Amino acid sequence: MHLFDPVFLARLQFAFTISFHILFPAFTIGIASWLAVVEWRWLKTGNPVFESVYRMWVKIFAVNFGMGVVSGIVLSYQFGTNWSAFSDRTGNILGPLLGFEVLTAFFLEASFLGIMLFGWKRVGKMAHFGATVIVAVGTLISAFWILSANSWMQTPQGFIKGADGIFYPTNWIRIIFNPSFPYRFVHMVAAAYLTTAFVVGGVGAYYLWRRRHVGSARVMFGMAMIMAVFVAPLQLFFGDLHGLNTLEHQPAKVSAMEGLWETQRGAPLKLFGWPDQKKETTLYALEVPKLSSLILTHDFNGEVKGLKEWPSEDRPPAAWIFWSFRIMVGIGLLMIATGIAAVILFLRKRLFDTRWFQFWCMALTPSGFLAVLTGWCVTEIGRQPFIVYNVMRTADSVSPVGSGPVALSLGAFFLVYTVIFGAGTYYILKLIGKGPDMPEDASFGTHGLEKPLLVVDRS
Amino acid sequence: MFSFENILDLPIIWYALIGTAVFLYVLLDGFDLGVGILFPFAPSDQSRDRIMNSIAPFWDGNETWLVLGGGGLFAAFPLAYAVLMPAFYLPIIFMLLGLIFRGVAFEFRFKAFGWSRKAWNYAFHLGSLTAAFMQGVVLGTFVQGIAVEGRRFAGGALDWVSPFALMTGAALVFGYALLGATWIIMKTDGETQEWARNYAGSICVCVALFMALVTLSTPLINNDIKTLWFSLPNFFYLSPLPLLAFGMFLLLWKDLRRKKECRPFFLSIGIFLMNYLGLGISLWPWIVPFRFTLWEAAAAPQSQSLLLAGTLFLLPMVLGYTAYSFYTFRGKASPEGYY
Repeated sequence: MHLFDPVFLARLQFAFTISFHILFPAFTIGIASWLAVVEWRWLKTGNPVFESVYRMWVKIFAVNFGMGVVSGIVLSYQFGTNWSAFSDRTGNILGPLLGFEVLTAFFLEASFLGIMLFGWKRVGKMAHFGATVIVAVGTLISAFWILSANSWMQTPQGFIKGADGIFYPTNWIRIIFNPSFPYRFVHMVAAAYLTTAFVVGGVGAYYLWRRRHVGSARVMFGMAMIMAVFVAPLQLFFGDLHGLNTLEHQPAKVSAMEGLWETQRGAPLKLFGWPDQKKETTLYALEVPKLSSLILTHDFNGEVKGLKEWPSEDRPPAAWIFWSFRIMVGIGLLMIATGIAAVILFLRKRLFDTRWFQFWCMALTPSGFLAVLTGWCVTEIGRQPFIVYNVMRTADSVSPVGSGPVALSLGAFFLVYTVIFGAGTYYILKLIGKGPDMPEDASFGTHGLEKPLLVVDRS
Repeated sequence: MFSFENILDLPIIWYALIGTAVFLYVLLDGFDLGVGILFPFAPSDQSRDRIMNSIAPFWDGNETWLVLGGGGLFAAFPLAYAVLMPAFYLPIIFMLLGLIFRGVAFEFRFKAFGWSRKAWNYAFHLGSLTAAFMQGVVLGTFVQGIAVEGRRFAGGALDWVSPFALMTGAALVFGYALLGATWIIMKTDGETQEWARNYAGSICVCVALFMALVTLSTPLINNDIKTLWFSLPNFFYLSPLPLLAFGMFLLLWKDLRRKKECRPFFLSIGIFLMNYLGLGISLWPWIVPFRFTLWEAAAAPQSQSLLLAGTLFLLPMVLGYTAYSFYTFRGKASPEGYY
């Protein structure tokens, strides 16, 4: 593949902008729901520690949400600028799904976010709580539509393809609730919750470690550990179901995840290795006999398809998928281990003062983001070389735009995102460094900044 | 599969809906981009904080109309979306980059101090300026017509670099600045308001000049548009539009001198509306000028019907809570109520 091939550049650009973008929703979905719970606890108990936790995290949420919005607008236009052939042919199907996302979620989030951030003194406590809940629900509705659209590209159904190559819908229910959608939705929402839990838990652990803001830190750390205990194991279960669904509908993706080239009974599980696309084998493989068959077919001698079942031009690039999958699963296992350790420490009444465990949780702070990214690499790269699985190829989807403008815009996005992401991370770290305000001196400002310059006109 | 195609002319309804969404975008993001354009010229840092506060609760919702415009076009006229986006490739990319800078500046500048705060001030200003200019360029390129082969854009990457499109770009910058200045007049008082009022006066003159330029040059670039406007009896039917616009300019000028606070903003909106209607009439029924009409580019009727059913139910709700948000933050942008 040539470096200046327009298809390659367009893919690189999309991969870059969407990888950057997905970090924000992954965090936004989780933190919005969590803030709703925190505010509910505050209203219910009247304990000011919940208020201080809320006010600290809502600022981080605002920075994160802003970056999510601007990086998301880019994507809604990129379908057209870089993938116009795809847009032309799938617009009948994907257009309404994205339209519903805007109408049911984006406006909802945007309007009530304003009230959530700036409305403390303009609306009552219950109305404010209502705004938080609505924003949280909005993030979930948004995830519903966008994952439905993505899942349709993975497991398309409910359409016919006209002689002109254009897709026409025949059954909306089958389109929206396509086979992989329920699994992808549950898996992604759980991933967002876990990502947030480990960020919040890591920050709580940091405060506990430094013995600062201990009251607030216990709330953060404690709630995060509840998520690790219950949701991390559930996620393994959801992921397994999702994998079995993929085996049924996109077996080539699973073969790549397993690094399996030959169709065989009693297939071994390759723990590590290097799938070589040209040599059609997985080099240096470390194998556990028959385990792959057991996991995928629930039978030691079940048959598992290898990549050679498909002509080489229809195979996804296995090494990327193989390794992304292992990183994602590895992180998932670390999260489960964290939950188990938390239970043991809790029973020994040492949960909040075990130094090594605080350090462990601090180290895992960004782990959820990495798992989300690698998980999406598995599913998106695993769909290749198709853009709509088995129906439309990625290579046939690009815009009639030369490589010059695409390279230029790719470079510009790279530069701008580096600056913005760097600055955003810096400001978030600063907010974390500052920590929650004690409730009594939270009197200034609404979404509570340290230096609310009193804005007074001199006239 | 339900479909309303037998009882309704779906493409026309969608054309009207998307036209409305784009117009709402132009108004709503217009005033907050306009605030960004005027930002560095504000009399003091305090004044800058204040005008920023006056739009902070709304900008995100305002920009959502842009997503609806793009998303709606993709859903209802995928062919137009697929042809137009590559045609506007670089202007759209520049616009998006501008929107990124200005969007994050809302959060970042309140967390920054010293030079970095200044840097975000300029990011906000230059981002708003770029976005506004590029939107005007897109408009000018659109009016001039798009090169198409089959179902694909067939022009070059720099087709948008033309005197006419650059002029519409500049015109839109001034137009947004007018919306921004009159918004500031409405939402502030004291020195900030005084400053905005002074600026609004000069901007108003520039906008009038640009409007005259664009209005007179548009018929020159296309014969159909010329015939449409300057043949009888069309000339008489259409003359209320420019006359109304002219009247609103006069009233706006007077209101600024009489120190009215709210009406200038709504008059600016009126001026935008007259221009927008004039444009719509000029380009009817093209959705990719002058190659595809709105019927030729329409999505399958089942697709248009599904989204229409949803929109009829959802859009009133969207308008409702948008209004609620504006109502919640009504009145002058007060210092304590916000940050």
